[in-house]
Formats: sequence, structure tokens, C-alpha cells
Amino acid sequence: MVWDLLRQIPDPEIPVITISDLGVLRDVSMENGKIVVTITPTYSGCPAMKAIELDILSVLRENGIDAKIKTVYSPAWTTDWMSDEAKEKLRVYGISPPIRNPKSEIRNIVCPRCNSSNSELISQFGSTACKALYRCKDCREPFDYFKCH
Amino acid sequence: MNSESQKYLFEYCLRIGDTNMILAQRLGEWCGHGPILEEDIALTNISLDLLGQAREFLTYAGQVEGKGRSEDDLAYFRGEREFRNFLISEQPNGDFGQTILRQFLVSTFQYYFFEALKKSNDKTISALSEKSMKEVTYHLRHCSEWVKRLGDGTEESHQRMVSAINELWMYTGDIFEMNEADKVLIKEGIAVDLSPIKSLWENKVKDVFSQATLSVPENVFMILGSNEGKHTEHLGHMLAEMQSLTRAFPGATW
Repeated sequence: MVWDLLRQIPDPEIPVITISDLGVLRDVSMENGKIVVTITPTYSGCPAMKAIELDILSVLRENGIDAKIKTVYSPAWTTDWMSDEAKEKLRVYGISPPIRNPKSEIRNIVCPRCNSSNSELISQFGSTACKALYRCKDCREPFDYFKCH
Repeated sequence: MNSESQKYLFEYCLRIGDTNMILAQRLGEWCGHGPILEEDIALTNISLDLLGQAREFLTYAGQVEGKGRSEDDLAYFRGEREFRNFLISEQPNGDFGQTILRQFLVSTFQYYFFEALKKSNDKTISALSEKSMKEVTYHLRHCSEWVKRLGDGTEESHQRMVSAINELWMYTGDIFEMNEADKVLIKEGIAVDLSPIKSLWENKVKDVFSQATLSVPENVFMILGSNEGKHTEHLGHMLAEMQSLTRAFPGATW
């Protein structure tokens, strides 16, 4: 029940995916009669992590549950944990989803609007630390790419 | 772990945490002043990554020390002599080329350092290293590309990179200094020997510099001392700025 409540919490920056889609929500357990929610940060400095913690605590409090948050660093968060459905949601939202093979990352990023792979990198760092900025050379629109991590 | 090793591990974590925090502060100075919007964002994103890593390592340092000091206590209430950041991290930004060069030199080190440190017997250090590696990979990619473009760019950009190398090279020796703490922690499988890391660093720097048509300096007298808290003039000014508010109102919260 707690898991059902938590896995619907949207990412604060990219509200079309949930913290469960992202792989941030790792575990829910019981310790000394108290609920413990285990999460793992995406990027070390990700400022959205604080917002996610507050969202978790307030959603549970609204349902009468007093919980504690535990942050773990290992296993290290990776975009490989993102489901294919989550990746499709990103694409529809306008963010090109992370691809699995980092070696080909620089060349084959697909435009989320027109599906062309004729894109170019503008900057390794986009609107947030987890995204890079690309431009489609066919439809000429810029777009964010969720970096492989 | 005996209390001597604990003290050494505390120092070791400070080196990593302090270097990242001071570098993050320097990069943050570019916010709103980047040469182009994309670089303003890139530098501040790198700063954010470094600050996140600094928080993780300083928090762990406080836990290892066992005196109840939090990441904030360590960041805001220590003086220069207690900071263990690399001397290169506290150097002023200079122009964009100098900032990029400084980051390239440090990120190259961190890339090989964290790669090796992933195998540390200390579970937290190992986990944080694995995490930091992923981010440093992007920092290194970004900066090495810029070093090449600026070095092999115009007459002016090339000159500025040569000046930047002359400014910063004397602080590169300090990065690889090891002391008793390293000796003890290496024996326990917690820390890594920096000698092989230095060779990897030298090769990478030589490779990128040659593509950038830049020369690697030789026979430069190295300024050392960060392991003993002996810093250059700049750290004091930075800390005064960073710590003045918390020192004026200790215990205040937002």
C-alpha cells in the first residue's frame, strides 16, 4: 500500500515520469515499527532530491503514515534502471531518452519530435545536470537529451 | 579501525570533499558571467556535481571523525589550516581558458583516481567513488574538448592557454603528494597509490595538449602543502566570503 502511494510520486522536474520509473525509489521496509523508505540519488548534486524527499514524507503523512528516509549510494544509480515505458514517456514529453550504449551516445541521438537521428550536440550540460542540449539538423528544433549515466 | 587510521581516513575524505567544495565555489563565480549561455550552464552544472560530491564526502568525513560534526560544521567552521583542498582548486578563475584548463587538470586526476578508488575496502568510499566517476566522465569530456578548441584555435586563444598553463602548472605537483595517511590507508586497502595515477594523468595531459598544439612544461618548481593545510593566499579570502554569514549567526537556519 505504501509502495503504491510512493510509486506515483512524479519527478519534480520531469513530471511525466515517477520516482519509481526513474529508479530513485529503491525499497520500503519496516524498522522498529516505523516505515523506512530507501532512495538513491541520481546525480550527486541533484537539487530535486530534496524535493523528492519532502514529497515522499508529505504523501505518507497525508495518509497518516509517519516515515523515515534512508539514502543509499550503492548500487550506484544508472539510467539502465529506467523502464522502456518511462523512456517513451520522456520522448513524448520532448526529452530524448537515454540510450543504452554510451559509446555511440555522441552520434545517434534521435530527435523526439521528428525522429531524425541527424542531430548535433550543442552542450554536454542542458537545463539540468542530467540532460544535455542537442539540436535537430532536420526539423531545426533544439531538444534536451537525458544523459546515459 | 584504530583511532590513528580513523584520523587518517578523516583527513583523506577532507582532501576530496574540500577540493570539490572549493572548486565548486570557484566555478559558481561564473554564474551569470559565462562567455556564452551554454558555457554558463555547463560550468555551473559541473559546480553543482562537485558540490554534491563534496557534501557526500564531508558528511562521511564527519561520521568517520566521530565528534558529531556535520557537513555544514566542517564547511563553515574550519579555518584555512584545517582545509585539505588541492592548491590548484583555490586559484582564481582567470579567463575562461584558465578555468577550463584548471578543470581539465583536476578532472583528469579525478577520473583515474575515482576509477581506482572504486575498489576501496571502505564501502562508502567505494560507493561514492563509483558515483562520482560517472559525473567526472562528463566533466573530463567537456573540458578536454575545450582545451583542444582553445589551444588549436586562434592566435589569441592559443596565447591565453599558454598563459594559463604558466599560471597553473606549479600547482599540479601538490595533487600527487602523499604522506603518512596515504601510507597507512593504502596498506589497509582503503586509499590508492597515486604514483600510477600520476602516470595515467601525465599521458592523458600529454595527449590532449598535443592535439591542442600546447606544450607540457618541464622542470617547473612545484608549490606544495595542501596535505598539511598550507595554502596559498587565495583560500583565506574565499573562506572569509563563504563563512562570514554562518560565523556571524552560528546555528541560524533558513
